Amino acid sequence: MNILTLVRQVPDAEARVKISGQSVDLDGATLVIDGMDEYGVEEALRLRESGAPVEQIIALAIGPKKVEDALRTSLAMGVDRAIHIETDEKFDAVTLSRAVAQVAQAENVTLILVGGQEADWDSQALGAASAERLGWPQLTWTNELKLDGDTLTGRHDVDDGNESFSATLPAVVTTQQGLNEPRYPTLPNIMKAKKKELRKDDPATYQLQGRVRTVNAEIQTRARLNKMIDGKDAQAAAQQLLELLRNEAKVIA
Amino acid sequence: MILIVAEHTAGKLAKATLEMVTAARESGREGPITLLVLGQNVAAVATEAAAVADQVLVADLPQLATYNAEVWAAATTQIAQEGEAHTVIIGGSRSGREYAPRVAVKLDAAYLEDATRLSSNGAALQAQRYTYLARVTETVEADGLVVVTVKPGSFAPAAPAGAAGEQYDVDLTLPAPRVQVTGKSVEKSSRVALTEADVIVTGGRGVGSPENFAKYVEGLADSIGAGVGATRAVVDAGWRPYAEQVGQTGKTVQPKAYIALGVSGAVQHLSGMGKSKNIIAINKDAEAPIFKVADYGIVGDVNEIVPALIEASRK
Ligand SMILES: Cc1cc2nc3c(=O)[nH]c(=O)nc-3n(C[C@H](O)[C@H](O)[C@H](O)COP(=O)(O)OP(=O)(O)OC[C@H]3O[C@@H](n4cnc5c(N)ncnc54)[C@H](O)[C@@H]3O)c2cc1C
Repeated sequence: MNILTLVRQVPDAEARVKISGQSVDLDGATLVIDGMDEYGVEEALRLRESGAPVEQIIALAIGPKKVEDALRTSLAMGVDRAIHIETDEKFDAVTLSRAVAQVAQAENVTLILVGGQEADWDSQALGAASAERLGWPQLTWTNELKLDGDTLTGRHDVDDGNESFSATLPAVVTTQQGLNEPRYPTLPNIMKAKKKELRKDDPATYQLQGRVRTVNAEIQTRARLNKMIDGKDAQAAAQQLLELLRNEAKVIA
Repeated sequence: MILIVAEHTAGKLAKATLEMVTAARESGREGPITLLVLGQNVAAVATEAAAVADQVLVADLPQLATYNAEVWAAATTQIAQEGEAHTVIIGGSRSGREYAPRVAVKLDAAYLEDATRLSSNGAALQAQRYTYLARVTETVEADGLVVVTVKPGSFAPAAPAGAAGEQYDVDLTLPAPRVQVTGKSVEKSSRVALTEADVIVTGGRGVGSPENFAKYVEGLADSIGAGVGATRAVVDAGWRPYAEQVGQTGKTVQPKAYIALGVSGAVQHLSGMGKSKNIIAINKDAEAPIFKVADYGIVGDVNEIVPALIEASRK
């Protein structure tokens, strides 16, 4: 079987986000592979290491030139080869799923792994939309996964708790915390990754037509009171805080 | 028409449904507001729904007894097509954001996800949403047929509008679910649910130990009637269940007051609680990032301040 892992490149969580004009400006920001997608890359590797008949693990990214770095990271983690649909245009997740489905079909993939929520768009749509395009079932927010033959079992979060599930391939799985601890690429593997295939695909092949336009972006600056209370005298500080909660914030009686 | 898929649990309409009705009313989109009730034995829910909608479509079927993404997507799509809906509104719950993209693909519609505000600009539906770990508010728009999910807690719950809407039973052709549920564990807590709580007390690694967590975090929560939250560091350490985690990979909460004890304030944590009305932080490090977003901050040791707080709050 072949596994496709989807990879996004996002600003490092500690990086400052800035806006220029009407949109987020990532110029000069430190960009990293999305931590949520990393769980997916790691899980693909672990499925193979646990003896599942995984022929190829392919990483796919769609985005500007610099997204190569995120693909290199996944290659250094152990992915076999990568595909980069290089485009500067920003597409919404439902539009992107069109390309994901085409690649999955062309590459004979039976399992797609993708992060549960992207750290740039805060979107959870890519996995589900890709599953629908392919006519596959999906398992979202998965934190435990096993593959036996073509049966997937595991556990995932739902509205009011979590569920154990069973489903047969092909399927889309969205990944999250608890599933695994992603490995760090070692120096030898980083060197080896340089020789692995990183194919460039022409976005025109996929005929993507975005449906969602961004018209404005603003940094959230909710004014906070920033009232500081000295904690040296615990009793006095506690008293003062309670009074603020009662009389100013009015949240306790 | 504007089609809203009602959310309900235990035979009662969820607050999220009333919020979606407000979102529909504020969207500037035209046509009757139609609530679709999917489930089994949902007559009571349908009656509640009729109070806020122009009409209610009820699919009371055994195949709808439990939620399944593919089944929900098929049902919603079918009704949207038959009713020629131009706007489909789905809750921004875990399940809503799971099946809504499928509906968008099936309908060949644009998808606006997790909207916190809706308005119309000519033919376009505009939505505000948070991005970049909730550090940015973006406004996005799309024309024509649009599927929207609405972020819980962002709109005021709708009040009943005049006469109750008409109820109609609908029949559906549904696919067989392909994901089998083999076990379920429901998060139970004797305290208020995190997403419903007015006040939340959250403990971070700074509280020191599971025993201290019980003493300080639960102790303070109980003395002021609050819900209990935890940081990921605390959950990863096994001190607290994942159900209590607040943040990017945990719950998003928006209480009136959020009290953070020994929490550093990492962006992934802030993304889940940064929209709280009042933020109160106790941390012994005056440079902790949590103070930047706090309304009230105490630089001090939780071991000293929290017992004093519990003591004082009981008076
Ligand atoms: C993909 C991804 C997703 C994530 N999702 C989440 C998420 O959903 N939720 C989440 O919370 N985190 C999440 N994180 C982790 C996040 O980055 C932080 O590691 C985490 O929030 C830190 O938790 P903490 O503040 O409890 O611990 P620490 O960072 O260890 O901070 C402890 C704080 O307590 C203070 N302190 C210590 N002793 C005392 C004392 N005696 N009295 C008062 N203060 C004291 C310290 O000064 C410090 O500020 C995620 C990370 C990644 C990579």
